[in-house]
Amino acid sequence: MGAPGLIGRSIERKEDYRFLTGRGQYTDDIVLPNQSYGVFVRSQHAHARLRGVDTAKAARAPGVLGIITGKDMAAVGSLPCGWLIHSLDGTPMKEPKHPVLAEDKVRYVGEAIALVVADTLLQARAAAALVEVDYDPLPAVARTATAAQAGTAVHDQAPNNVCFTWGCGDKSAADAAFARAAHVTTMEYVNNRLIPNAIEPRAANAGYSRADDSYTLYVANQNPHVERLLMTAFVLGLPEHKVRVVAPDVGGGFGSKIFLYAEETALVWASKRIGRPIKWTAERSESFLSDAHGRDHVTRAELALDKDGKFLGLRVHTTANVGAYLSTFGSCVPTILYGTLLSGQYATPAIYCEVQAVFTNTAPVDAYRGAGRPEATYLVERIVEMAARELKIDPAELRRRNFVRTFPFASPVGLTYDTGDYEATLARAQKIADVDGFAARRAASAGKGLLRGIGYSCYIEACGLAPSNIAGALGARAGLYEAAEVRVHPTGKVTVFTGSHSHGQGHETTFSQVVAARLGIPFEDVDIQHGDTAKVLFGMGTYGSRSLAVGGTAIVKAVDKIIAKGRKIAAHLLEASDADIEFSGGEFRVVGTDRKKAFAEIALTAYVPHNYPLDKLEPGLNENAFYDPTNFTYPAGSYICEVEVDPATGQVRVDRFTACDDFGNVVNPMIVEGQVQGGVAQGLGQALLEACRYDEEGQLLSGSYMDYAMPRADDLPSVKVETLAGTPCTHNPLGVKGCGEAGAIGSPPAVMNAITDALTSLGVRDVPMPASPYAVWTAIQAAAKH
Amino acid sequence: METQYHRPASVAEAAKLLAGEARLLAGGQSLVAAIKLGLASPSSLVDLRGIAGLDGIRVDAQRVSVGAMATHASVAASKEVARAIPALAQLAAGIGDRQVRACGTIGGSLANNDPAACYPAAVLGLGASVQTDQRQIAADDFFLGMFETALRPSEIITAVHFPIPERAAYEKFHQPASRFSLVGVMVAKTGGGVRVAVTGAGSCVFRCKALEVALTRKFAPESCDGVPVDASGLNDDLHGSAAYRAHLIPVLAKRAVARALG
Repeated sequence: MGAPGLIGRSIERKEDYRFLTGRGQYTDDIVLPNQSYGVFVRSQHAHARLRGVDTAKAARAPGVLGIITGKDMAAVGSLPCGWLIHSLDGTPMKEPKHPVLAEDKVRYVGEAIALVVADTLLQARAAAALVEVDYDPLPAVARTATAAQAGTAVHDQAPNNVCFTWGCGDKSAADAAFARAAHVTTMEYVNNRLIPNAIEPRAANAGYSRADDSYTLYVANQNPHVERLLMTAFVLGLPEHKVRVVAPDVGGGFGSKIFLYAEETALVWASKRIGRPIKWTAERSESFLSDAHGRDHVTRAELALDKDGKFLGLRVHTTANVGAYLSTFGSCVPTILYGTLLSGQYATPAIYCEVQAVFTNTAPVDAYRGAGRPEATYLVERIVEMAARELKIDPAELRRRNFVRTFPFASPVGLTYDTGDYEATLARAQKIADVDGFAARRAASAGKGLLRGIGYSCYIEACGLAPSNIAGALGARAGLYEAAEVRVHPTGKVTVFTGSHSHGQGHETTFSQVVAARLGIPFEDVDIQHGDTAKVLFGMGTYGSRSLAVGGTAIVKAVDKIIAKGRKIAAHLLEASDADIEFSGGEFRVVGTDRKKAFAEIALTAYVPHNYPLDKLEPGLNENAFYDPTNFTYPAGSYICEVEVDPATGQVRVDRFTACDDFGNVVNPMIVEGQVQGGVAQGLGQALLEACRYDEEGQLLSGSYMDYAMPRADDLPSVKVETLAGTPCTHNPLGVKGCGEAGAIGSPPAVMNAITDALTSLGVRDVPMPASPYAVWTAIQAAAKH
Repeated sequence: METQYHRPASVAEAAKLLAGEARLLAGGQSLVAAIKLGLASPSSLVDLRGIAGLDGIRVDAQRVSVGAMATHASVAASKEVARAIPALAQLAAGIGDRQVRACGTIGGSLANNDPAACYPAAVLGLGASVQTDQRQIAADDFFLGMFETALRPSEIITAVHFPIPERAAYEKFHQPASRFSLVGVMVAKTGGGVRVAVTGAGSCVFRCKALEVALTRKFAPESCDGVPVDASGLNDDLHGSAAYRAHLIPVLAKRAVARALG
């Protein structure tokens, strides 16, 4: 595959020079000529009728250029949801209007009510404080578990606050499995609500040009083409080709920057009316209130086993909070990306899952690193471990008895795993984690008055959501392919335009390795461009660990077209037939001879076509490709966590954490390890620290870092990460699977299994996430009373 | 509203500038954040950082005197403090993060009297006295309530005098998000008896008499076992109920005693 050693090498990230030396260009760094600044007036009530929004005083404040309210924008469309889910009874999900700016009602604290635009940010801020909002407060629906019985409707058109009741799997088969079970393990869980907290808050800068009636939007976003399509076609009714969306350097997304938000939509709309470009950058407190949150499930699950510990069936009922409005992918996260993962690594023959999605007076809930798959993995890996404890079977052994061992494997919840080797990652993880030494370590901890526990998690992930036709049949309102353009310049240098946006993933390096290896040219000769609808032909963007598997494959397809055309040019120059030309190591060669042409010579010939088959071949060397995968990819791995719990305070210390993954082929091991390390940190954050909490009135209690605990370096152990040579994906040419979310998916159950293992001797069965000292102590107290 | 900024060169000059809604600015680690959030809008700021000699640390046989403008980092790094009252240096080293410690001052912390701040526990637990430009105030008279002290509106802290205890240690249990004290306990065995000061648990730092009695009887870790601490009136929030905080007080006191003896 060309230049030796480029694939599988930890090449330093080429983008890091600009990031580490402050030369990145983020949305807030961009200042346009005649720049003005926007500040949003946000709801202070979780649920209220809007009696009026009085902007008169604010409009007279110094520097104010204009104030936009929901009334002004009433004619524009609803912020759309990208996935139509149907309820079990066949009815479509309830999809109430999601206005850009609140109209008659506000439905969560932080909902945008008005946009104030002024010459300077301080003027806009001062004027925003003068906007008088007349609220008629209504009772709020703040709790996921009881939203359907709340007696207050978030939306009149959604009775009992139910958005949909979705199901997957075979109910009667599952019921039959339980009827013949020797043992049933039951668990109830809350998958704690999280706030994404990308280091760069959301930001947008929108301008309108009267010269050519066009708009340019700079926005911190993970998928600029999707942003443009949704905004122009569904909300504002603008001509798509007259809107350019640029997502420049973006400081982390984790899902929260996939979605089309109210703020950038209002900015684009207002930029024409105001006649000046308008910039808005969220303050951190706005991010807490208005970024789409993650998780927030309340679940009851039952696992049926036979007398030998073989899984017979799994039944799941989940209530999923979608927040006050359906965000862009709010409906598919707790359904398509959740129910389909409930088989995990196991050959569970019968599964049935029902999900009731509820509206509440809280911020919209949508994809957050893992998106549905962490919730599924948490459920499966906790209940499997619990069953092992109840049956007094070693938890690794119980897993082994139930692993899928033959591939392809068609799960009872609709997925077909193409390949995997779950035994390999588990066995290796046990060795790295020194499971054999655990008993001695536990005794040593006991000597210090500490309780030591060990916990496993054998996760599976489905990445690169695909294919488009099946997704369409399941309700997707978009395609799930990726696009690429490979532009070879006359000197043989290459610019690649990809629809996969990079906001921390290292695409500029990984994709360069792939292209340079395949073309047999130096790594430095490849440049990767992304994030600009004016440059890139199309893109579905970056989410769901899809970039290399889907975006990378699109690039490979375009590269292969380049090679095919180069072969024709070479055949002409070498006076041979196309079929006799082979390409390797950056050279086109007549098979079995030393007659050859270097890649750069072919490129030059394509652009200086003096000796060229002009009658048969166009000049130039530039190719596009779209790739629509035939299946998901299925990364998997085994994580083992060991904790020490201080029973006197409830403090948990993660002593060691081992992650052993199978991502198929690996292009850049350093970047992959970075993804796993970061993902595990995020998962440990969910397990131990992070909790988004609203009070009964729907006020956000955890609205700043004073109360929302993000993991700090000293909260984390030194995570041991090992990526096995693994089982290459069978249906993409790179054999890659995706690694972006694994850490966040696999780690929470390992941590919680370890904590509950440590506390078993005190009679504690479960601890809720996050396992803060207070939560652990409370669980110990409750067990002591029992 | 415009805020006037003053940078006086002496305490006397600073005192003259303290009128109306004027606020003293020391390290700015609480006040500046409050201003940014719109929670404070002083008519003028009187910056004490231009006054020479307010940040010194002096140690003699009887006491450690810390200038009001000494930063947490300088107290933490002082070898003299570490020799005389290791608990004090250790407490200072655990306040906030590196940036907070580099800017924040003991005088600012005490005047602010945040219910979860560490320094009030040091001052009350060690039986220090607060020196102002007008008088000396004993620790037991200084802390009046949440963000409330005995300071008069025009009064400026200039130094804090800590008598050197026989033994002392501070045990801080973090609130996981802010890393202020969820509960912090300073235990000190002094010539005048055992003092136990608790921060983070209530609306204001307080002395835990039950533990003082138990530890006066015998200054040993096990003396803290089973000492009942009344949960009524203690803080109850996302990060811990009043009962949890009450439970933590003797647990942390026990660890502090062990450390003091260690």
